[in-house]
Amino acid sequence: MIGTIASFITAAIIQGIPLLYGAVGEIITEKSGNLNLGIPGIMYVGGISGIIGGYLYERSTENPAAILCILIPFLSTIIGAGLMALIYSFLTITLRANQNVTGLALTTFGVGIGNFYGGSLLSFFGEGGSISLLTTGTFYKTPLPFADKLGLFGKTFLSFGFLTYLAVITAILASWFLNRTRAGLNLRAVGENPATADAAGINVTKYKYLSTVIGGAVAGLGGLYFVMDYTSGAWTNDGFGDRGWLAIAIVIFALWKPASAIFSSFIFGGLYIICTYIPNLTNSTRELIKMLPYVVTIIVLVFISARKKREHQPPAHLGQSYFREER
Amino acid sequence: MTSAIELKGITKRFGAVVANRNVSLSVNRGEILSLLGENGSGKTTLMNIISGIYHPDEGQIFIGGNEVRINSPHEAFEYKIGMIHQHFKLVDIFTAAQNVILGLDEKSKFDIKTATKKVAEICEKYGFNIDPSKKIYEMSVSEKQTVEIIKVLYRGADILILDEPTAVLTPQETTSLFDILRRMRDDGKAIIIITHKLHEVLELSDRVSVLRKGEYVGTVDTASTTESELTEMMVGKKIELNIERDMPANSQPRLAVSHINCMSRDGIKLLDDVSFTAYSGEILGIAGIAGSGQRELLEAIAGLQHLESGEIIYNDPKSGASEDLRDKSPLQIREMGVRLSFVPEDRLGMGLVGNMDIVDNMMLRSYRSGKSAFLEKRKPKNLADEIVAQLEVVTPSVTTPVRRLSGGNVQKVLVGREISSSPTVLMAAYPVRGLDINSSYTIYNLLNAQKKNGSSVIYVGEDLDVLIELCDRILVIGGGRVTGIVDGRNTTKEEIGLLMTGKERSEDNGGE
Amino acid sequence: MAANKKKHEPFIHITKRDAIVWWKAWLIRIAAVIIALLVCAIVVVALTGYNPIKVYASMIDGTFGSSRKVWNTLQSTAILLCISLAVTPAFKMKFWNIGAEGQVLMGALASAACMFYAGDRFPTPILILIMAIASIVSGMIWALIPAFFKAKWNTNETLFTLMMNYVAIQFVSFAIMVWVPNGSMTMGVINRASKIGWFPEIFGQKYLFNIIIVVLLTVAMFVYLKFSKHGYEIAVVGESENTARYIGINVKHVIIRTMMFSGALCGVAGLLLVAGTNHTITTSTAGGNGFTAIMVSWLAKFNPIIMMLTSFLIVFLQRGAGQIATTLRLNQSISDILTGIILFFIIGCEFFVNYKINFSFGKKITEAEKIEEAAK
Repeated sequence: MIGTIASFITAAIIQGIPLLYGAVGEIITEKSGNLNLGIPGIMYVGGISGIIGGYLYERSTENPAAILCILIPFLSTIIGAGLMALIYSFLTITLRANQNVTGLALTTFGVGIGNFYGGSLLSFFGEGGSISLLTTGTFYKTPLPFADKLGLFGKTFLSFGFLTYLAVITAILASWFLNRTRAGLNLRAVGENPATADAAGINVTKYKYLSTVIGGAVAGLGGLYFVMDYTSGAWTNDGFGDRGWLAIAIVIFALWKPASAIFSSFIFGGLYIICTYIPNLTNSTRELIKMLPYVVTIIVLVFISARKKREHQPPAHLGQSYFREER
Repeated sequence: MTSAIELKGITKRFGAVVANRNVSLSVNRGEILSLLGENGSGKTTLMNIISGIYHPDEGQIFIGGNEVRINSPHEAFEYKIGMIHQHFKLVDIFTAAQNVILGLDEKSKFDIKTATKKVAEICEKYGFNIDPSKKIYEMSVSEKQTVEIIKVLYRGADILILDEPTAVLTPQETTSLFDILRRMRDDGKAIIIITHKLHEVLELSDRVSVLRKGEYVGTVDTASTTESELTEMMVGKKIELNIERDMPANSQPRLAVSHINCMSRDGIKLLDDVSFTAYSGEILGIAGIAGSGQRELLEAIAGLQHLESGEIIYNDPKSGASEDLRDKSPLQIREMGVRLSFVPEDRLGMGLVGNMDIVDNMMLRSYRSGKSAFLEKRKPKNLADEIVAQLEVVTPSVTTPVRRLSGGNVQKVLVGREISSSPTVLMAAYPVRGLDINSSYTIYNLLNAQKKNGSSVIYVGEDLDVLIELCDRILVIGGGRVTGIVDGRNTTKEEIGLLMTGKERSEDNGGE
Repeated sequence: MAANKKKHEPFIHITKRDAIVWWKAWLIRIAAVIIALLVCAIVVVALTGYNPIKVYASMIDGTFGSSRKVWNTLQSTAILLCISLAVTPAFKMKFWNIGAEGQVLMGALASAACMFYAGDRFPTPILILIMAIASIVSGMIWALIPAFFKAKWNTNETLFTLMMNYVAIQFVSFAIMVWVPNGSMTMGVINRASKIGWFPEIFGQKYLFNIIIVVLLTVAMFVYLKFSKHGYEIAVVGESENTARYIGINVKHVIIRTMMFSGALCGVAGLLLVAGTNHTITTSTAGGNGFTAIMVSWLAKFNPIIMMLTSFLIVFLQRGAGQIATTLRLNQSISDILTGIILFFIIGCEFFVNYKINFSFGKKITEAEKIEEAAK
């Protein structure tokens, strides 16, 4: 029984990590007032960028070095996802385009890029079959060295690749940044009331750009985790599924707090796979249980709008572009 | 002695509108300067130029004797200019201390505790009573204002600009604010206070600069001036306009407003026990500084404002029946058969839809008529043609979006529609604002024609010359209260000006 | 001093335009599409090394190459257009319904359920009527839920409708699991032999029925938005809630009514997909059209007639790019990339329609600086 629970927790964490990256990235973005519905696309691009980087490196050398196997895909992801977020930023911040439409277009674009390269990368190099970067995947999956010495605890909580811990650290850092630093305070002001932030001498445009691009890069790491750790370096088209939207749901569920997103992600990750851990379920009941994360998010959304507690609302200026001379 | 800040020949235009023309003023350290002017006189624009929000088209700014160019609010801070806006620029969900340190790039480590302590020190020095860790949305208006002041002091501002700081304060809060301002003056700060309340000017400031319609009128020492001199500087000499005015014929009480009270969401009284009667066949003017409750009063009558108490009795001229309009929706009022027309202040944001053409805007009032699920476009089209022809609206066609028309033509379209239903009550808020002379006279004539038809016309205006020549009676409103109702044929600008600037109100306060 | 360093006026100054002549606005938009097509060509060439003219020719072939392809193109356009029509009234009201995907699925599910359970009890015409009612009601309910909370507590509709999509997807997989208990997750064609509940073929064309319905709906929607009292109210609420209040429109009432209407039309799209096109249901029956429709509607400035063009443009891109993919042995997803690029350009070009850019050249500044230098 304990074994089942432990393996359930492990599985929930594994499922939760891509969601956590996506949610933290989206929280950082939304804190600046940008509702980036392109996050699902950005996560696809994050994943495929890592794959491309890893593939090119593995192809170029006989004996791939661990450090480069990790660094090259990592940087590729950050650049790929960051560029995607930059497209969004340019359109919504500089050109003041509608955020919803831009985000949805970015998702179409990003999913397209992911699946296109996922499906054609090998054929560009005259190879067949499907992408599988086992070497890189193995490096990404290397657990903490002392994990197996700590028994069940080690097995449940310490047996993951480094991206898992990085996700939690990123969330904690984001929380610290937003609540304990000057720039974090300024960023929150931009999302709440850009006119006030502007009057206080904060460069609204700069903050919006930086938070959106950094948020995009963080979300992209969720895609990288998925392809390198979760699927061990293999790409399947549409394999990432709807996790990007689930990440946006977690943002609401966590009430725009990165620290709460950690546990929210694990809960959502758990809900995602709980049906395989409950014995004697019919196939159809399983599908109903999979509905839970979304239903819970809707309930939270309705609840916070009905209670109107100020601390729990989305950033007040979310979804609107800012133009100083609007009179 | 060099001035702390000096402006020379500042001009600022917004499109065709000149908000400031050739304005010059200066203020020294250890001095309080009042900037006096009616609404629309360009005070706020001028202050926005100083705080780097707008760039002047012409003119120079000197700080400590050096010419400077202030490109952004951020640069204004660097010149130690601190602005306390009328609309607070605070983040609601932040604490006072968080708002105070917002946007600063102090080199020291970010530490909210140290900041809180520093805020507490400023509070002690100048006598503020505020909890630095209280959230803004839990604060009263005067507390919010205090946070704004602490914010600029924390940044080491030497030049403080306060935009209408007492507009939202109770008399007690005003007194303590003035004490604080005096303490800051004695501390060597240069203070500019924008206001239109004469007694405050006289009580607090060392010198007074006056603006009128964007132009600089002059500067006087407070010690050697009087209320009536300042009033005259502010409102200007009487100008003959020769607006036609007939004696009201067959006046009957049409609309009896009694003891209405209205609160804002923040719990501020917007209308305070307002009572008056509007008669048929007359034009009742409403004078007052902008934001004294005129908008709320008209909206309450039109069914757009929730009232705490009181009643609005409408006497139907045909049936003779009396009905209470309070808390009825605009639709209900219409369905009761009350022909109430309303030309709101915000023409394109409320009275008309900017992106729709003239015909579609004609339908706003009438589109519901008829049982069909579809719009009947013929009548509105005819009405649009009629209005364009009769009021000489300059437009390429009746299918042009009204947003594209000039201000005067927009207003003709709006007024034309509102009078087309031959209203028994016609309310118009600032109907000639931004209009040229000819368009303005067209509007006056339309209002007079309605008066002749036996309609009860309520005219909210800002130009006292027009009010005095156009209206039969003028109700003066100040701080949500009726400060007086005067006869348009016998009154003077000074009398209205004094009522507007809260003369009556300050006496009331003295009695409390 | 720090302040002395930055004595420059902003180089670019942006102001909002009061108005722009309609042909200029369309010139900007057309220019954007042309530039976008050029960029797409460059991208395709960079990926394949083929002559871009050949590539576009191949796209045209993929869309119109044979009568079967033409019918497929028309059918896809009809479905996308139908959903675009559905989302339009809500958007015109500035209600950000991104839940069309779910509303379509619920409509499709209702149709499929009718076919599945009642297939042998009613003759086809009556069954289709029942299916239509069921689909419309399901889509309507799915849209009503977020609208109700929007009207009551101002609950964020973008996030709410987004979540409703996934609830709908799970409902569909639940239903499929119930109907096909073997766990294969595929429904298979319903009533394959009897064709009960299928739309009839007209002149031997199985998609013509769908297309006719959508053409009728397009005209009806155009008339509804432009000539009906409801359409007028929607326009007023979308332009200015203050004006709506001023003339006594009950804004909450209009929000709920319009969203129910939007949902009902999504339900119709679901019906067309099940009864007219696929005769089955999967979780991807809506196929992302619910999201694409938002862009179609927005690109057409909410005008149903122009939407015929914009929905065709998107379908052309998708099918054309699909054809390139086949002939050049590329992945089908190239179409999403090209669609994305074109959307970016069209979305971005609105800035140049709404704002004016004023460049201020250095002259004034240097003069001012000279004076300042002299003063020192």
